[in-house]
Order: sequence, then structure tokens, then C-alpha cells
Amino acid sequence: MSTATSTESKELSAVSTESLAALLVAKERPPRPSALSTSLTFGWRAILKIKHVPEQLFDVTAFPIMNLLMFTYLFGGALAGSPGDYIQFVLPGILVMSVVMITMYTGVSVNIDIEKGVFDRFRSLPIWRPSAMVGYLLGDALRYTIASVVMLVVGLLLGYRPDGGFGGVVAGIALLLVFSFAFSWIWTMFGLMLRTEKSVMSVSMMVIFPLTFLSNVFVDPKTMPGWLQAFVNNSPITHLASAVRGLMAGDWPGTEIAWTLGWAGALLLVFGPVTMRLYNRK
Amino acid sequence: MSTHTSGLAIETAGLVKTFGETRAVDGVDLAVPAGTVYGVLGPNGAGKTTTVKMLATLLRPDGGQAHVFGHDVVREADEVRGRVSLTGQYASVDEDLTGAENLILLGRLLGHGKTAARQRGDQLLEAFGLTEAAAKQVKHYSGGMRRRIDIAASILNTPDLLFLDEPTTGLDPRSRNQVWDIVRAVVAQGTTVLLTTQYLDEADQLASRIAVIDKGRVIAEGTKGELKASVGAGSVHLRLRDADQRPEAERLLRDLLIAEVQLEHDPVALTARLGVAASDTAADQAAKALGELARAGITVDSFSLGQPSLDEVFLALTGHDTGQGTGSGPDSDTKDEVAA
Repeated sequence: MSTATSTESKELSAVSTESLAALLVAKERPPRPSALSTSLTFGWRAILKIKHVPEQLFDVTAFPIMNLLMFTYLFGGALAGSPGDYIQFVLPGILVMSVVMITMYTGVSVNIDIEKGVFDRFRSLPIWRPSAMVGYLLGDALRYTIASVVMLVVGLLLGYRPDGGFGGVVAGIALLLVFSFAFSWIWTMFGLMLRTEKSVMSVSMMVIFPLTFLSNVFVDPKTMPGWLQAFVNNSPITHLASAVRGLMAGDWPGTEIAWTLGWAGALLLVFGPVTMRLYNRK
Repeated sequence: MSTHTSGLAIETAGLVKTFGETRAVDGVDLAVPAGTVYGVLGPNGAGKTTTVKMLATLLRPDGGQAHVFGHDVVREADEVRGRVSLTGQYASVDEDLTGAENLILLGRLLGHGKTAARQRGDQLLEAFGLTEAAAKQVKHYSGGMRRRIDIAASILNTPDLLFLDEPTTGLDPRSRNQVWDIVRAVVAQGTTVLLTTQYLDEADQLASRIAVIDKGRVIAEGTKGELKASVGAGSVHLRLRDADQRPEAERLLRDLLIAEVQLEHDPVALTARLGVAASDTAADQAAKALGELARAGITVDSFSLGQPSLDEVFLALTGHDTGQGTGSGPDSDTKDEVAA
């Protein structure tokens, strides 16, 4: 067996067992890192992955732009007289819809990681348990920010003029990020629960499509049948879209903001623990 | 915390894990002394990985108990996690990241500052001969390199107990030897290693005690010597100069070694399977046989001594084979027979 050594190609340098031994002698360990530190480290991992696989930014650039152009010009004339008028109403809504749709990729990336051994490594580390999950979401928050900025820039080019100014727009995006962070725990749960990437995708679609379309993103719910209004008026997406729209228009939609934050808290309280339970049991 | 005095790194009693109807691990008792390499030997699907996952707190046992350095793997999981490291069957690093980034990531997660994590990472890459590949994504690494970065990631903090789950499966002989060197270096510094493997040869090279596991149960446990003695010492292959002398050689060997003798297709070749000899080693038995043949005037052109293969160990212990065909071990003597 060892006779083969000389004939092997020398593609790899040899292992230096001496320097290895010297490294292993050090037995002291640094103090355990804080929950914040490990979460941020996982967030850094997510950003590194964006760096190495920049294609994944396609979802947060091309897709939102496509949404914005499509809906503005498709519905604008019919619903508001002209695309220019419609975009004042619809941009915050499409922003909400697009970012909430992008959240589902969180579940897919969790699911892909489980398939690989790296997940076992993370789970065997002595760290704050949710930090790996929080890390995904921190990385995703960056993606959502990119999507929001891209859509706003395109919107401004198309004639969108937010009365809330810079402050109103930033506040709107901040609220959207908070909600998306909480909402994403649904996907981390599915990512851990379902067997394949494909099933995570299809379940996500099943939830996201009705939830985002059955809202006040495109039209005022007043023209809808009563039973649908009941659903739409109580949907978290409607509250979120109204709040973001209000903030960007320079109003202070206190009730809608409260509803949105309430939903975010409720989603986090339900799906956070379920996710962690699955994570620990996996 | 330090009520632990037994000197055992791992202690399990009646450990059980079921997946639906299957009892993947079915009452495993292990006692792994600290500071040694302990081999867990068995075929695919024997329950090796499931056992390791329970010990590394990744899976919750359905029954029985497991303690790592005296800490219960369920109730004191965090304590256990602080002292163990796991190298899984598949590379347990992020394939999208570079080797250096992986080590920095894990170093940070283990509490090192930015500079310290980078330093330790660089030193490990250097020691593992990966400096040139440091800036490459792990997905472009060869099998041997993956193993190395994986083990490097496991010793960022020197663990008290290292789980190596089939560390050389799929590696070429040279890479395998290098992984063995790494394991020896790790143990020499006082880390306990639990090694799972499908290769008797590997357990033989590294482990001081071995548990043979099949269908979720430990079917034999002991030192290498004990284990081999229970299985038989292996076999002697002989090639005679003169085919006419084979019948006599066969008779002599059978009487002398009290062994099963098999005649090969090649008319001058024969194989004697050495029995369970209480006192004589395989080499002694072979020497005795050669002497006897020489006295009888039978000329032996060549002979070789084969280790018992995992297949043979299994056959002897369970009455069924590993279900993986021959050649599952790198030195399985079935291979030699084919070649002869």
C-alpha cells in the first residue's frame, strides 16, 4: 500500500504532523461568544455566500424590477387612468409583495444546507442555538434592502414621488424589513420540516401567492365581495402595505404600524420556537 | 461538573434509536477509555453514524443512556458540545466558502477574535498542506483535501473527543495514509478519537479497542488481538513449484494447522485458512507450515499471509456477510486470491 506513495502525483503538499502537534498542544479555549456575536458571524457567512455566488442576487434585482414594470404598465391605465398616477399608489405595495415573496428563498437555503454536512457541524457547536437561523435572516435582510433600493430607484425613474421624503421612505423600508425578518421564520420551519428543496418551493408558492395577491397591494378592497374583504382587510400583508404606503406618503399610519408589528411579533413567537424545536430534533 | 472519575470518554448503556419501524441502533453499550482511538467497525447501515450522531448531540436517543466525559448527551448537551468535535461522513464544511473562510467562520463561532481566528486558520492550513488552496472554494477541493479541511475545522479548538465518521471512505491509499498520520498526531496530544470505519485494516492501524457493530448491535468488542483471535488469524497463500505435490501439501496443511484448505484454479496454488489458535500467531503457524512442507520435500515458490478481511470477521461473527461483496476492505485477502 505505502509503496504507491512515490508514484502518486504530487498535487498535495504533505501534512506536517510536527506543526500539527504544536497546534494541538494549545488546549486553552477562548470564552464562549455571545449570541449577538455568533448571529453576526453567521450573517457574515451569508454575505460571503453572496460574494461567491452573486447569481443569487438576480432574485433581488431583476425579479422586483420585472414586477414593478409589469404591474405598473399592465394595470396602471385601467385602474388609475395612467401608469404615472398608478405608480404613486402601487409602488409601496409592489415593494411589499416582492420582498415578502423573496423571503421564501430563506427556506430553500436552509433546506439545501441540511443536505450538506455543514449543518451537522453547526449543530454540534456550543453556541446560542438560534444563531445559525438568525444568521440566515440577517444575510437575507441585506438582500431585502438591496431589493428595496433597486425598486425605489426604478420607481423614481418611472415617476414615483414619495411625499414622505427620504425619512418616510427609510421608515417604510425599515418596517418592511422587520416584518420580513419575522415572516421568514415560517420558511425556516418549512426548510427544516420538508424533505426536498422542491417541496419547500412549492409549499412556499402555495402560501405566498394567495397571501400577497389577496391584499390591498393592487386595488382598494372596497370593490371586493364581502367575504373576500373580510380576509383582505385582516391580512398582515394588507396592514403592512397600508403602513408602508402611509409612511412613504408622509403620514403616520399608527394603527397599521401597530397591526404590522403585532403580526410580526406573533409570527416570530409561533414559528421561531417551532423552527428551533425542529432544528434541535433534526 | 467534575464528578466524572471513571476515566471513560464515552459510556453508553442500552442506547436505542428507531426510525419508523427500523431499529437503527438497538441497545448499544460502549465504554471508550479516554486518550485512545476507539474503532467502531461495521458495514453500511450498521448504525455507526446514528450512534455517533447521538453521542455528538445531533440526534436524541429513543432509549438508553449516553454520557460523554460524564455529561448526559441529552440533559447536558451544551457541556458535551463544548468538548467534542465532529467530522461527518461528508465534508462538514461550507462548500461555497474558501478553505480559509471556513476556518475563520468556525474560529469566530468558537469565540476567537478576528485576528486570532485568522491566525489559527492559517496555521492549520499550513500544517495540513492546504496553504495553496486556502483561497479556493471547498467545492473545488479533491476528496483528500476535503478530508483535511474537515479535520482542520474539527481541531480549531483542540477537542477532548473527536468523532471521525468513516474518515477515509472513498480516499486513495496515499490520502488515507495521511489521514491516519493526522489521527495519530491528534491522539498523541491527548484527544480521544472515536473512529467509525468499514475497514478492519483501518481499525487495525489506528484503534486500540474495537467494537464490531451490525444491525444496530455490538456483536463483538475487545482489543485488536482479542477480536482477531475470535475470528481466525487470516490465511496463508502458497504457490508450489510442482503441481503434483499439491495433494500432499494440502493434506499436510490440513493436519498441521487444523485449517480449512482451499485449492485454487491455478494448479500450483492453495490457500489455508488459519484457525483460531490460542497460542500461535498467524506468522508462527505459517512458519511451522513452511518448515513441515520443506521437510516433506515440497518446494514452495512463494507464500503470503493474508489478514482476515472485514467480510471474514463478519462471516465469523454473524454467519452472514457484509452484503457489500468482496473487496470492501483495502487488504481483503479475497482480492489476493483473485490475483493469484
